[in-house]
Amino acid sequence: MTLKVERLVVEHGAIRAIDGITFEVSKGSLAAVIGSNGAGKTTLLRTLSGLKDAKLGKVSWMDRDITGMKPEDLVRRGLSHVSEGKSVIPELSVKENLALGGLWRNNKSELSQSVAEVVELFPRLGERMSQRADTLSGGERQMLAIGRALVSKPSLLLLDEPSLGLAPLVVEQIFETVAKLCRERGITILLVEQNALGALAIADKGIIINLGKVVAQGDAKELINDPALRSAYLGY
Amino acid sequence: MQQVINVFLIGISIGSIYALMSLALVLVWRSTRVVNFAQAGQAIVTTYVAWEVVNRSGSFLMAFIVAVAIGGLIGGLVESGMMRTLFKHASDGPVASVAPVIATLGLLGVIRALVGLIWTNEGKRFESPVSTAGFVIGDTTLPFSRLNLLIICTAAFVMIVFSIVFQRTNLGLALRAAAYNPEIARLSGVKVAMTRTIGWVFAGAAGAVAGILLSPNDSLTPYSLDVLFVFGFVAAVVGGLESLVGAVVGGLVLGVGLSFITFYLGTSLVFPTAFIVLVVVLLVRPSGLFGVKGARSA
Repeated sequence: MTLKVERLVVEHGAIRAIDGITFEVSKGSLAAVIGSNGAGKTTLLRTLSGLKDAKLGKVSWMDRDITGMKPEDLVRRGLSHVSEGKSVIPELSVKENLALGGLWRNNKSELSQSVAEVVELFPRLGERMSQRADTLSGGERQMLAIGRALVSKPSLLLLDEPSLGLAPLVVEQIFETVAKLCRERGITILLVEQNALGALAIADKGIIINLGKVVAQGDAKELINDPALRSAYLGY
Repeated sequence: MQQVINVFLIGISIGSIYALMSLALVLVWRSTRVVNFAQAGQAIVTTYVAWEVVNRSGSFLMAFIVAVAIGGLIGGLVESGMMRTLFKHASDGPVASVAPVIATLGLLGVIRALVGLIWTNEGKRFESPVSTAGFVIGDTTLPFSRLNLLIICTAAFVMIVFSIVFQRTNLGLALRAAAYNPEIARLSGVKVAMTRTIGWVFAGAAGAVAGILLSPNDSLTPYSLDVLFVFGFVAAVVGGLESLVGAVVGGLVLGVGLSFITFYLGTSLVFPTAFIVLVVVLLVRPSGLFGVKGARSA
């Protein structure tokens, strides 16, 4: 088990956004966190990546306690977070957005190699390297956001609703890429989604949360076929 | 025609000093979202230090280097020693936007008092390193002097250095990313707390250059750079507060504009004009000439 979340509690002022969540994600697997708006999905990811402080509980990664560590330090330990809503910097060029993910390594040849790998994965970005990120389409921006995270060479990738606001065809493409990153590159992925069916279809494990609590977790395929969960939380 | 060119060049000379102060204010604004009212105060300290160095060593170049180094140091100390603690304790609610501004105003008062204690409030004469007599072409003497030329070249040099650092280096990319979106910068591994300090260091250095360029051939008092702050601030607002290019263009436009007003309409209209420019820009285009539209509201 590489990512371990134990009895995690996170508060927004008086509101308990995460109310004692416990789960594990094994190395090299893809876990999908499913839940409706306000279930606490985004807060969960923001806490894991260090943007938000936990009130109680513990997060460990590769047998190391990472609770309360800062995002910039977690990146250096292989944890990358693609935050909600196409997390790119619109004022910077595509090339600069990508380079940003690898600045901390301070190694030019490694950086250009990782950028080349991302371009191989998303050829469309390669054609737009010198354009400003705000000239990209929604799908391209999401690719850039994922690309930026990949340049940091993560071993654990946290993805917050990469399908949000994208056309169905693009969503399919993004999900395919996410699955590929896990299967071919061995990156452990925690994918947060409202698109339950799409996410569970590529995931090994599903974690369904509601109002800050885990209501079900287990094999993704079994969750998809559980009629009770379907009607209560998955909404299809 | 010759006169117009002259007035223009004088305007560029004074405008490039405004541009440097404007640059300092924008650097601080971008890194920490604070208008640093103590910026001119910090520059007063470095200018007095430069005055001491010139008096003791006779070298303007050495004075310049010492002033820039100390300016950067003061900027870094103010951010890491004072502002950082303040941001930590006043991070939410209305106090978060007011407290830092009040703190820099307080710092300005303290700096002025200390400078007055050390060097007295009496004006000091800061000798110009080069001739202030106008260039002579044929039998006409231009108002444009070697000092003006030195000011333009120095300011241009500093701006070129800044633009190389910001556009071509990893540090510059980290600084820009942290300014545009600190959260994404942190998630990418940028140590944003450090970029804030560096922003203040650069601002302190730019302010020091502005102070040392404005003071030669003039009387130096603890208050003599207040005017520089006012014009630097107007220039920064005209440029949109966010943009380094905007800061420079704002400074130059203001310098040239005020130079024409001084020459053709009289000195008494300089301040009212700067004030009117400030108000008009805030009313008509609050995001400035170079800012993102809708970024701020009047």
